[in-house]
Amino acid sequence: MKPDLTSFVRFLRVYCRSPLAVCGLIGTVLVLLAAIFAPLLSPQNPYDLMQLDIMESRLPPGETAFAGFTFLLGSDGQGRDMLSAILYGLRISLIVGIGSAALAFVFGTLFGLTAAYIGGRTETVMMRLVDLQMSFPTILSALLILALMGKSGGNVVLAIVIVEWATYARTARGAALSELRREYVEAARSLRMGHRNIILRQLLPNCISPLIVLLTMQIARAITLEATLSFLGLGVPITEPSLGLLISNGFELMLSGTYWVSLFPGIALLVTIFSINLVGDRMRQILDPKAAQR
Amino acid sequence: MTLWIVQRTLQAALVALAMALIVFLGLNLIGSPIETLLPPEATHEERLRLIADLGLDQPMHTQFFLFLKGMAQGNLGISYVYKEPAIELILSRLPATLELALFAVLLSLVIGFPLGLIAGYRPDSFAAKAIMTGSILGFSLPIFWVGILLIMVFSVTLGWLPSSGRGSTVTILGVGWSFLTWDGLRHMILPAFSLSLFNISMVTRLTESGVREAMSSEYVKFARAKGLSPRRIMSVHVFKNILIPIVTVVGLDIGTTIAFSIVTETIFAWPGIGKIIIDSIAALDRPVIVAYLMLVVLMFVLINFVVDILYRILDPRIRLQGE
Repeated sequence: MKPDLTSFVRFLRVYCRSPLAVCGLIGTVLVLLAAIFAPLLSPQNPYDLMQLDIMESRLPPGETAFAGFTFLLGSDGQGRDMLSAILYGLRISLIVGIGSAALAFVFGTLFGLTAAYIGGRTETVMMRLVDLQMSFPTILSALLILALMGKSGGNVVLAIVIVEWATYARTARGAALSELRREYVEAARSLRMGHRNIILRQLLPNCISPLIVLLTMQIARAITLEATLSFLGLGVPITEPSLGLLISNGFELMLSGTYWVSLFPGIALLVTIFSINLVGDRMRQILDPKAAQR
Repeated sequence: MTLWIVQRTLQAALVALAMALIVFLGLNLIGSPIETLLPPEATHEERLRLIADLGLDQPMHTQFFLFLKGMAQGNLGISYVYKEPAIELILSRLPATLELALFAVLLSLVIGFPLGLIAGYRPDSFAAKAIMTGSILGFSLPIFWVGILLIMVFSVTLGWLPSSGRGSTVTILGVGWSFLTWDGLRHMILPAFSLSLFNISMVTRLTESGVREAMSSEYVKFARAKGLSPRRIMSVHVFKNILIPIVTVVGLDIGTTIAFSIVTETIFAWPGIGKIIIDSIAALDRPVIVAYLMLVVLMFVLINFVVDILYRILDPRIRLQGE
């Protein structure tokens, strides 16, 4: 299955039969664009303390700033424009989420493919490790890592990778097991291709579709986990707040009626995760043969 | 069966031991607690005495052995912050968390199961599509954000339900329980619902796919051919077959729910073990962190073990395969 243009167009056509999934795709693209062009879209640099004025704190949406622009989504406790903070926070959330999900993808996939390729007792031991990792709830593993290793941006990424790699390993192994029986693997073996070549050039491309679906879903989960850890005060540093930390900061203000500081970052987070999940769910429906039969 | 249970027990014990080793090694990674414990003006002799008291001058394997021995005796040290034995501190907070988690799991079954039945029974209806989309939304919503929204709507704006604490409790067996008083129940609704939303979505989706699979199976076709009413087919034939996997997953999920109650407890100021662990991580209160981790790990191993055995008892097909 080479990713040529016609099959891609066909995939897209099937994909577009679900209007909701199209909304998800549009949402995902918009979120990505908003994060990439954050410096152009936001009226203020939220990390530049010189641009903030404490006199402008907690202004409701629609008020005009001294600098001339309008606080479309209000301002927070330090007089920071919420729209700018959200756009920059979205960047951090997406970088951490996509980065850690991708790292987990690489590590987990290689682990699973290698386990299936080697087989025998080594495979059993490797997969037991995967079972062990998967039997513990994500938040507990992440907390364990952050409690033991201390909190920092790098450790958050490490925690998410450790939490997520096992899922890829299990999926990759499952896909590889059925592929290993095919003739092309035998052909590659008889041609005396190296083990690394067989795993990376033959197995990986043929196992990729369920893994891509998984990657989409896991990006959403990584973003959620990062937001949750940040909300608990164990996530990325306070100087560059992600969406989770913005929500957390607004939480204390919310009880006194200043709802916008917490609500709008929350909506941004929800739109991001929901859109990615809609795309992932649709891709699963199309690519998963079991679901396609129905 | 007996042999299998023995095997499974050994496996569970091994997992618990492995986790103890990980926690122990991790503890040594964060470094020595001496600096936190000693006053800045402490003399060299005082420092040495404390090191000897804590057993930190012993070799690694002896320390690990002492750690295991302490755990077996229920002694994991005294909290640096609360000055109480860490185990007692955690255990005294445990009922609040258990109560919240069990209530949440119950909610997820009571709400998720009927929704899944509806969605699975007529998969092409509008209701089914709405439910399935809603379930994607349900597992997209981060727990903490659901909690905040609920507080925003039901506590701040409408003022219907309280947003923090446990409310009044009734003491039974020396432990306070919230679910026995009206006030306590009112305090529990919001945190339990926010904690269960993810599970509701999961139960809904599991039930839906179970029903869809069962509806196209031979035994349902046969029941239809016999002319049984749809209600009877649903309640006897379909119901029985999809219940086992759902009960298993939900059972396994109790552990996850307990772990995730950390988030809910932080938001709703629910005085359980989740809140105390977050405070302890912030304060580097090592004995409490260790006590929490070991307790949750043990509970987790135990739940997995019990569910595994129940599963075999409930489903004769698996029992046959195993023997």
